[in-house]
Amino acid sequence: MNRYTAPLLLLLGLFSAGVANAQPLLMVRAQQSFPETMLALQGVISDHGYRVSRVQRVDVGLTASGYATDKYRIVFYGKPEQVRSLTAKYSQLIPYLPQKITIFAEEEETLVTTVDPAFFRKLVADPEAHVIFKQWRSDVESMLDELSEAE
Amino acid sequence: MKRLLALLFALLIAGPVFAAPDGGALYGRHCAACHGQDGHGGVGVPLALPDFLTNVSDTYLSRTIRHGRPGRVMPAFENLSDVQLRAIISHIRTWMPEGSMTPVHDTTPVIGDAKRGKALFAEHCAECHGANGEGGSGTGVTFSRPRDLPVIAPALHNAAFLHAATDQMIRTTLLQGRDGTPMESFLKQGLSEQDINDVVAYVRSFEEDPLPSGQHEGEEPYLSVESFSSFDETVANLKQAALGRNFRIIREQNLENGLFAEEEENARQRIVYFCNFKLINEAMKLDPRAGIFMPCRITVVEMADGTVKLMSINPKFMSQFFNNNALDEPCTELYGLYVGIMEEASL
Repeated sequence: MNRYTAPLLLLLGLFSAGVANAQPLLMVRAQQSFPETMLALQGVISDHGYRVSRVQRVDVGLTASGYATDKYRIVFYGKPEQVRSLTAKYSQLIPYLPQKITIFAEEEETLVTTVDPAFFRKLVADPEAHVIFKQWRSDVESMLDELSEAE
Repeated sequence: MKRLLALLFALLIAGPVFAAPDGGALYGRHCAACHGQDGHGGVGVPLALPDFLTNVSDTYLSRTIRHGRPGRVMPAFENLSDVQLRAIISHIRTWMPEGSMTPVHDTTPVIGDAKRGKALFAEHCAECHGANGEGGSGTGVTFSRPRDLPVIAPALHNAAFLHAATDQMIRTTLLQGRDGTPMESFLKQGLSEQDINDVVAYVRSFEEDPLPSGQHEGEEPYLSVESFSSFDETVANLKQAALGRNFRIIREQNLENGLFAEEEENARQRIVYFCNFKLINEAMKLDPRAGIFMPCRITVVEMADGTVKLMSINPKFMSQFFNNNALDEPCTELYGLYVGIMEEASL
């Protein structure tokens, strides 16, 4: 470590501090109605190279049981080979995969929320897996941005 | 190297000048999901209320954004720069009534009788703000659920609120009330200015007696129980155990279902989804984001060495994600149900 290393690291740290966001849940408000946002969500998931594996219609179950609710769905998705290899290698990820995004109507707008994939780093120490989680984080952020910006 | 350091330093200093933050965009990114694009509220309290904006100082808003409200959904935005913070506040200020002025952060203490204020609080405030000032149940409200009020009463017995709010701000709120919410002027309710001072003194006394956080700390992120039965028997036991605890089995599938062709799926990772819609409805009333850990799910896994395990998320661990004390109790209940089901299914 030479005499420039410490100040360089400090400056780089100061730069990156503004970018980081440490909220465990990511959430955006889409200006579009639920059906349009739901369609857009499935589209952005696919555009980022993931596959939608299932949609859980929570509102249907609640309504059938006599509880009033607006549209409320959970979308499960993942990259098949990644889900397979990660669950084989790190069984502690099994309860959390495939990934999911919760989407629900709020009058004429729609809220979309999910766990920040950066959280998976707490479950697995392997830096190789961290590269995947970082990519997931970036993809999810990009997906949510696209939904919130859609008009 | 010296040049590189000098350049980085110059960029650090000049960055905010070159890239003056767009308060509207920052608000859209960090605040609109809960407070609404135009500040009308939702999961978070409405901000675009004239009585609110003409009573709270920039310091109040800044401290609220920076420190959030521990246990009351509003997260702490510790990573926003001061410049970004000011830009967001400027954006919020665009909703001020025309011609109104931003209030100063008046730290003059209000002198009152906290003991008398306690009795007045019980009579006039506790119904909405809670017997101990802990706030209305759940904080999170949303138009996706039936709602009786435009806002859930905020927690006053909250360290971050008390750090942000001055006595004068609380006093003004009591004097004027807040149009657009159930908060009525105490003067109109027949209380005197001395009564109001006494209530302020009582609210300020909460600082001496902080409420326990209730957050589950030190929990493992997932639950895992080894089964003494075969894989198939464990799946059958799991469904039976869930049914025995008033859950409805809504689906059974391989973890890879929908990701691979059916014949290629790993059949030794079997998910059982189960629901109790009453529990779901109650959790969502407390926090509409509760769908994050739904539907209930336990996975039966046959490991490479042949051992069979039951695995699930740990609801107590996940409750920390929500910064909502109201979810702590249901998450503890759900944790108990998961553990009970997994242990029974493992026998």
